[in-house]
Amino acid sequence: MLIVKLLCTEYPGDRGTAVRATHDVSFEVPDGKLFTLLGPSGCGKTTTLRSIAGLEVPKSGEISLHGKVVFSSATGISIPPNQRNFGMVFQSYAIWPHMSVYQNAAFPLEVSRRKPGRKDIAERVMRVLRAVALDDLAERPATKLSGGQQQRLALARALVMEPQLLLLDEPLSNLDAKLRERMRFELKRMQRELALTTVYVTHDQSEALALSHEIAVMSEGRIVQIGSPREVYERPCNRFVADFIGTTNFIDAHVIEETGDGRCRVGTPVGVFNVQCFDRLRRNQAVIVSVRPEDVELSEKQPEGAARDTVCVGVVDAKAFLGEHLDFHVKIGDLALLARAHPSLRTPVGDRIFVRMQGDKCIALPAASVAKP
Amino acid sequence: MPPAATLLTYRVRFPRLDAKWLVIGGAVGLAAWLSLVPLGFLLWQSFLTPETATMPAQFTFDNYRTAYWSVETLRVFGNSIEFAVGSAGLAFVIGTLFAWVNERTDTPFKSAFFALSLIPLVIPAILFTVSWILLASPKIGIINVAIQNLFATDLVIVNVYSMGGMIFVDGLHQSPLAFLLMTAAFRSTDPALEESALMCGATVLQIAWRMTLKLVWPAVVAVFLILFLRAIESFEVPTILGLPVGIEVYTSSIYQAVQTYPSNIGLASSYAVALLVIATLCVYMQSRTAAEVEKFSTVAGKGFRPRVMRIGRWRFLAAAVFTAYLAIVVILPFLVLVWCSLQKFYVAPSMAALKNLTFDAYRSVFGYPIFASAVWNSLVLSVASATIVALTTAVLCWIVARTRLPGRWLLDNLATLPLMFPGLVLGLAIMVCYLHLSIGVYGTLWIMLIAYVTRFMPYGMRYNATSMLALHKELEESATMSGASWGVAFWRVVLPLLKPGLIAGWIYVVIVSMRELSSSILLYSPGSEVLSIMIWEYWQNGQYVELSALGVMMIASLLCLVLLERFARRWFGIADPGL
Repeated sequence: MLIVKLLCTEYPGDRGTAVRATHDVSFEVPDGKLFTLLGPSGCGKTTTLRSIAGLEVPKSGEISLHGKVVFSSATGISIPPNQRNFGMVFQSYAIWPHMSVYQNAAFPLEVSRRKPGRKDIAERVMRVLRAVALDDLAERPATKLSGGQQQRLALARALVMEPQLLLLDEPLSNLDAKLRERMRFELKRMQRELALTTVYVTHDQSEALALSHEIAVMSEGRIVQIGSPREVYERPCNRFVADFIGTTNFIDAHVIEETGDGRCRVGTPVGVFNVQCFDRLRRNQAVIVSVRPEDVELSEKQPEGAARDTVCVGVVDAKAFLGEHLDFHVKIGDLALLARAHPSLRTPVGDRIFVRMQGDKCIALPAASVAKP
Repeated sequence: MPPAATLLTYRVRFPRLDAKWLVIGGAVGLAAWLSLVPLGFLLWQSFLTPETATMPAQFTFDNYRTAYWSVETLRVFGNSIEFAVGSAGLAFVIGTLFAWVNERTDTPFKSAFFALSLIPLVIPAILFTVSWILLASPKIGIINVAIQNLFATDLVIVNVYSMGGMIFVDGLHQSPLAFLLMTAAFRSTDPALEESALMCGATVLQIAWRMTLKLVWPAVVAVFLILFLRAIESFEVPTILGLPVGIEVYTSSIYQAVQTYPSNIGLASSYAVALLVIATLCVYMQSRTAAEVEKFSTVAGKGFRPRVMRIGRWRFLAAAVFTAYLAIVVILPFLVLVWCSLQKFYVAPSMAALKNLTFDAYRSVFGYPIFASAVWNSLVLSVASATIVALTTAVLCWIVARTRLPGRWLLDNLATLPLMFPGLVLGLAIMVCYLHLSIGVYGTLWIMLIAYVTRFMPYGMRYNATSMLALHKELEESATMSGASWGVAFWRVVLPLLKPGLIAGWIYVVIVSMRELSSSILLYSPGSEVLSIMIWEYWQNGQYVELSALGVMMIASLLCLVLLERFARRWFGIADPGL
């Protein structure tokens, strides 16, 4: 179990001032799980990862793995990164251009304190190269590899030392889309097979959703929400998370009454909605209703709605064919909604269309998005 | 709280005493000792009157009064700046232009041009200057004589004894250095950045000006500073060409102050302090550019393959200009030395003179008593100083670029400080210093080694800084994460990746050590003469033909050295092309 407690980091800014990079970041990663730090650039996710690696020294906080403290500001412990035995894949891959594929992968074993024998090294390097399907290219100079191969080599180099913890810093961001998708599954399969405790940093929400056991969404140096991919996606705790993860529609509203059972009725410009709410809300409080585009159901005929559902009539404003689905921009009065529909729906632009939103899928969030967990 | 916690606030990564701190401490200590001790003696001397047999040295401000409170001073200052800017500008423009053409365009015969354009580096300044006297002096210069004979006039067409002549000779002589440094800078820039500009519709010239040049900007500043400082401390050209016609710059003023009897070392030192001030300003400006380290690092772990631009028919023009440049910088000076070395005494080439060709001068050189020991001393000194400089400055550059130690910019200045010492004054300061500190180096090769390492440390810094700027820090960090200690990561990852700069710097220091004159002149003693001292002796005796013969042999053997080194590198399969 990796435990990160109240981590604060600073870096020197202009004219000797210190700029805070992270504030009180705390989380736990159970053994064998993949934990993702997700957020826009500059949110402090890479700084947090580098602090775990030992490449940055935090201002305060504590980091421990399997009960062994690797950093603690209280006791002054700071184990150098090269003695932590954490594997790391860098964003640039940092493949050493002056070495061959084999030499790159063998380096961690050659420099380890208890250096294994020549044969042992060769065996372990070839095993890990086989695992990433690079065993045929072992003698090739590292500069002659494609982007995907470099990424796999970087992974092999991090795995060959059989690390206690694997740290991945945006490992897929330098690959093209097709390859990225394939490597995503590859990475997931290897992580699950090896049951390696992993911390993953990315700004790509779909990557985070696809790979993680648990996600921490970060913004401006703080963790905003921690939860499983499903929780973070379906029950975002505020506007920032709802907006950053996936695409969503926001509708301004005010609370009419709480109906208990985590539900409330809110008034919107297009009528009264039954929505879910996870925070305690006051009567007349300004809120935002978040609805995912795939939860905005469209039909040409009047749909049969359950009691909790909201049904409106709108006009098709624009649409875009995206292959596996079709994006509709629907106008209900002044309100514009994005809806994701099956490509079989062929309502022309300008026509009338029915919109149904299930109460379970609409979430009321406090209007001020600065709310902290 | 334990002391470790205090260190943490300075963001030191490994707050423990280990091999890393020993190596770093050693490098910093060496740099500080080498730079500061001579500086101390220089300042101390600048407040003293000349010491004579009858009068001991006394404390005085007179030197500064003479050096700064006279109209003469303003002239010397103006001349120095004019000469340095002119020479550095000429060298920079030529070097950058050819480096770009050679690295980034499809001009034919590029590798031949590259190899040939390094030759002037090999020619010692004193030989280059003498060859231009033989070519372009008003009385005996071949160019003037030939044109005067052709048109039957007395008109002097070119005169090397002038400010223009000084700038021309010094700028040309420095241009290969600019070429080498800019080539290294261009090589470390990802061509994809230029290609993307090409796709935006920019022309080749727009790309060169707005992309390539801007991307290598930190290197440009570093290179121009080297050229400027080298010009302002240039000793041979202003002394040989300027002094006879009364054009004085700082270096020749210092030389004159030392040459008078009793030699006025105090006055020379106060002139040198002016040079120090100018140079400190330059280095300060440079250290501000270095803050852009991360922004300009373009060599990451992803391999990139340099690609070239097609410039169409222009490539033939480029090749023609290159050829003309090589003729002026390499072929003409070398041929005139060869011609001179085959005569009994110097005459302009003619059919009559052709009949008197002789190898007497070469025989005379081999018969010179100190010849064998001079060759050996030169070899030992240059190899030892180049190796010490390359390794020490690699560590120093790493500290400056990678750590966040407070005062690391000071370290950069410290190691670059000797750049500001004119060789003559450095030699003098070291001589005085080790006369007082009797640790047994005075009068041996060791004192010359100290002088050479001190003098050439700044060049090692600049070479390594250029490559260090382009080295992505994740390459080291991944070694650390693999479990490598600092020493292992440095030895197995940083040094090999710095190799282009390291080897380029090493070769350069070997070559400049071979031709070092202005420091050696005050430090050699019987038994520790080097080749450049032999040339100097010939020059003072007016033995032009023997000087030419020794010069031709020296240039030829240095060329062989360079070729041998290139061949060896290919043989051992060191992947770095070129440098």
